[in-house]
Amino acid sequence: MSEFFSMGGYGGYIWASYGVTALAMIVLLIATLRGLRSSRIEREQLEAVLQSRRPRRTKKTQQAS
Amino acid sequence: MHRFAKPSVFLKFTAPILPWLSALTVILIAAGLYFSLIGSPVDYQQGHTVRIMYIHVPAAWMGLFCYVGMAICGAMSLIWKHPLADICARATAPVGATFTALCLITGSLWGEPMWGTWWVWDARLTSMLILLFLYLGYMALVNAFDDPERGSKAGSALALVGAVNVPIVKFSVDWWNTLHQPASIVRMDGPAVDPSMQLPLALMILGFTCYYFVVLILRVRLELNERRIRALHLSGMFEDPETPTSAKEQAYEAGHNAGAKQ
Repeated sequence: MSEFFSMGGYGGYIWASYGVTALAMIVLLIATLRGLRSSRIEREQLEAVLQSRRPRRTKKTQQAS
Repeated sequence: MHRFAKPSVFLKFTAPILPWLSALTVILIAAGLYFSLIGSPVDYQQGHTVRIMYIHVPAAWMGLFCYVGMAICGAMSLIWKHPLADICARATAPVGATFTALCLITGSLWGEPMWGTWWVWDARLTSMLILLFLYLGYMALVNAFDDPERGSKAGSALALVGAVNVPIVKFSVDWWNTLHQPASIVRMDGPAVDPSMQLPLALMILGFTCYYFVVLILRVRLELNERRIRALHLSGMFEDPETPTSAKEQAYEAGHNAGAKQ
């Protein structure tokens, strides 16, 4: 097992490469999901405000998720 | 109305694809990791460091792939003023920048044990660094204007001009071959790679590409939400300039009560 992690003495370089790649990809995904969530909440709040203010007006809007 | 038509089609189209694409990404990267770390042989010259190739080369591929996608979207945004093209270009830039940075970092981590140096100012490395700056410049530029239309125009122009760099990256190792020391050139792409090493490489390239499309779909949704928020703020101000944005809750309450009375 320790042989696997040492990678013939190059373990540090190899695991650093894989680690930084995994970290960056996960951070980008989480940042995207969090931004998506907060933007969706804000959009829904605003839509609720406008909808309740102008109940009779037919709204031509698209449904963004 | 027609401006919103295409984004809504995009959303309808991608919603059922997203879970499958996410699952495919996980499977491809998991299989790719198995074959790159365990299921593939060591290189007879480089030993285990060849395993860095399985993320370095896919990251480089993604850096170029995303840039080409971004430049095409930029061109479509400039020519046809299609809002979705601009949104896709904006959604692509952070993914491309991330992979380009990863390519440079993993390249350094590979270069130190194999070349004996973290960095060389050679054509390939320098043009890849320029690619990263083009991404960062694009992202800074599109957000530098109050009017998003002007931002996307400037950004698209930058993306298109910067596209000149893509073939330079691709062919730099051929054009400036003499600048390399023969021993330092580790050319591992295409058919020069042993089939046992092609498999993890292909899996990781496909996995990274799927990952890009997953993040792209999510970021397009994010961008569409933000555009909608901007439009709602503008229409809200037009209707009632007295209501500040911070009083959103109060406005909601007031509107709700008014609606109930009718």
